[in-house]
Amino acid sequence: MSTHASTAQPSYLVDTGARKGLMAWLTSTDHKRVGLLYLYSMVSFFFVGAGIGLVMRLVQLTTFQKLISAQTYNALFTLHGVIMIFLFVVPGLPAVFGNFFLPILIGAKDVAFPRLNLASWYFYMAGAILAILALFTGGGAPDTGWTFYAPFSLKTGTNISLAVFAAFILGFSSMLTAINFITTIHRLRAPGMTWFRMPLMSWALYSTAWIQLLATPILAITLVLVILERFFGIGIFDPAKGGDPLLYQHLFWIYSHPAVYIMILPAMGAISEIIPTFARRTIFGYKAIAFSSMSIAGVGSLVWAHHMFTSGLSGLALMTFSLLTMIVAVPSAIKVFNWVSTLYKGSIDFQPPLFFALSFIFLFCIGGLTGVMQGALAINVHIHDTYFIVGHFHYVMFGGTGFAFFAALLYWFPKMFGKMYSKKAIYASWYPMFIGFNMLYFGMLILGMMGMPRRYYVHLPQYHSLHVVATVGSWLLVLGLLIFFGTLLYAIFKGPKAEDNPWGGVTLEWTIPSPPPLENFEEIPIVTHGPYHFEPQEGK
Amino acid sequence: MEWMNQAALSAQKSDAVFFYVFGLSVVFLIFITALMIYFVVRYSKKRHPKAEQIEGHVGLEIVWTTVPLVLFLSIFYYGWTNYEYMSQAPRDAMVVKVTARQWSWSFEYPNGKQSKVLFAPINKPMKMEVRSADVVHGFFVPSFRIKIDAVPSRTNTTWFQATKFGSYDIECTVICGVDHSLMLSKVIVVPEDEFKAWYFGGEDAPEPGKSFRAGEAHPGLKDMPQGLAVLTAKGCVACHSVDGKPKVGPTLKALYGREQQILVAGAYKNITVDDAYLRRSITSPMEQVVRGYPPAMPQTRLTEQELDEVVRYIKGL
Repeated sequence: MSTHASTAQPSYLVDTGARKGLMAWLTSTDHKRVGLLYLYSMVSFFFVGAGIGLVMRLVQLTTFQKLISAQTYNALFTLHGVIMIFLFVVPGLPAVFGNFFLPILIGAKDVAFPRLNLASWYFYMAGAILAILALFTGGGAPDTGWTFYAPFSLKTGTNISLAVFAAFILGFSSMLTAINFITTIHRLRAPGMTWFRMPLMSWALYSTAWIQLLATPILAITLVLVILERFFGIGIFDPAKGGDPLLYQHLFWIYSHPAVYIMILPAMGAISEIIPTFARRTIFGYKAIAFSSMSIAGVGSLVWAHHMFTSGLSGLALMTFSLLTMIVAVPSAIKVFNWVSTLYKGSIDFQPPLFFALSFIFLFCIGGLTGVMQGALAINVHIHDTYFIVGHFHYVMFGGTGFAFFAALLYWFPKMFGKMYSKKAIYASWYPMFIGFNMLYFGMLILGMMGMPRRYYVHLPQYHSLHVVATVGSWLLVLGLLIFFGTLLYAIFKGPKAEDNPWGGVTLEWTIPSPPPLENFEEIPIVTHGPYHFEPQEGK
Repeated sequence: MEWMNQAALSAQKSDAVFFYVFGLSVVFLIFITALMIYFVVRYSKKRHPKAEQIEGHVGLEIVWTTVPLVLFLSIFYYGWTNYEYMSQAPRDAMVVKVTARQWSWSFEYPNGKQSKVLFAPINKPMKMEVRSADVVHGFFVPSFRIKIDAVPSRTNTTWFQATKFGSYDIECTVICGVDHSLMLSKVIVVPEDEFKAWYFGGEDAPEPGKSFRAGEAHPGLKDMPQGLAVLTAKGCVACHSVDGKPKVGPTLKALYGREQQILVAGAYKNITVDDAYLRRSITSPMEQVVRGYPPAMPQTRLTEQELDEVVRYIKGL
């Protein structure tokens, strides 16, 4: 720790202002503290969501339902979706690692609008609290699934309006963060930090921020329309009042498909940071990866209707959206090839973050390939709205974004907390997590091929054996998660001190102490080379 | 096992594309995974202490942009052309009006005949005009690989030509409320003669496919108690278990004397199950549907003696 002779500034973890303790955190505009506020709240919600998932799996363990009622089950999968999507994966890596590391990666003292940054966390918490209130007030917990499809969402007696309003508020959090990041990247790069010297995480955050900024308002408007229709009966989506249910689906997916890229792009950014560090070499195809992020953001905005292939769109629309869906798969493939090539002729130091990053590549490939299957119209007609899609998006969102989140947490944990975790315990958590994950979600893929529809409270007997496999998998998965987060929690309090640069990384965050001082840099660095500039060196 | 049972031409069309993509995917996944593992082992810091700084390779970037692009486009094309076949019904197809409502299916044939399960003659094209009476539903027959949403105010169509005799599940695929998972029915594929006999027959014409639907599950009717043999032969046990397991309809186990809510003329009413109730449920099932179950039970004709046997058997469960 004492490698830095002149640590004039205290660590950001030490309270320096007038307020102490919790209040100092709740009023801090330091981007690192805001990042941690997000981390703690998001991981808490993640465990709530995972707990609900576990209960849903227990229900499917029997064909004989006693545990909970059908209405409760419908509320649970709605809640699981809303929590996991809006409170965990959408804020996801940008809210935690973007807030914490974006300024450091580009050599800035903070984000462009620190107060707005804290405000976005308060919007996030307000949305979360409203979502929870929606469960216990009005007509009870929403039962429409997180997609709120009209006209069911207009007719159900449950408390849709409040839940939808919560999602509306969460959208503001998302947009404020996006404005902040875009401005930060444009205005606050250190001298010499040209666009193509930025670490790829910054590129990923930049493309994500644009999608958030452009797509989220559409969701917000759609949700307001649902509320207006519920309260005032204006006929926008309900055909009984002259509305069009497909209009709702279009508007919803115009946001919610790009949202998938909001969730996965930052994950790809983190992977692009981790692999070069442990391969001790520069990334393969820097520009290809940077541009593929931007092209995913662009083309990804034009594929929404592949969520509606069975809803009765015209043949021309189906053809167009199927074609565009295939094209958006290309940049993801490019990234995978470049990551794997970055391992070529490296000098690989195999550490937990790399292990999780490579697991990400494997699981994300399965997620991507099953996505291509659904893009093909003749296959889509069979697997649409079945467990296949449930398995697919868990491979992308959990195997992809989730595992990348874990990899990023392992990678940056020593920097964030100045502590090191037990690597053995992390390796031990990987096995139940990975095996359980594949039992659970590959089981779902097969169930979907067999014809098991999603959101079913009871299932037909022919699906039972695989449901049992999936449920057992969910236990292993949760066991792995508990070991993983238990290890990290223990390390925060009892872990040994971490070095400033435990992994031998060369991006800017590894040039400052762990944990970083209040204003990150003693002096704003002057950047003279690309982000993954490893000196030609002899190994240790 | 119904898993990947191809019971219609559309199933063959869909599966052909699936196996093409599946094959490519397996090759790609094994290639990427093997390469990762090989690099991690081969270029570990022990074996390869000095990393080489390779910034990229334009040729490779072009190759791994164009090769996936070409493959993806081939998948698109194959998926699109086979889908065109799957979605364009032949002109001579028989048109069946499918109505979805919370939470049941009903089918109306061109001559006005209606049914709760879908009867289809084998090797004949059948076009479905799918409508919804309330919210969005999804009409899905896994064994045929066809699916189309039932969207209120719209008429969506799909079609199939069944190639195998049998009874195949129809499932709702869009969340539509509390009993979404009970919104089930069957397609019964029968010989054309049998279908015609029912279709052109009067109101009393026996429903086609009964014999083989019952025979499917239980070949040994002789060894059963008489009441159970009747239940099996008439196909009742497809939806009503005798051991307490939930199926489409309520279980018959411990049914006698049970108190339950039934829907009579649009209102719920509490009753206790007795002889009279059981008989009426069998002879005119739509008049008293048990709460929480879809109004899906077809009328079943039993002789007076068969009714006695069934009621006696249910009492003893």
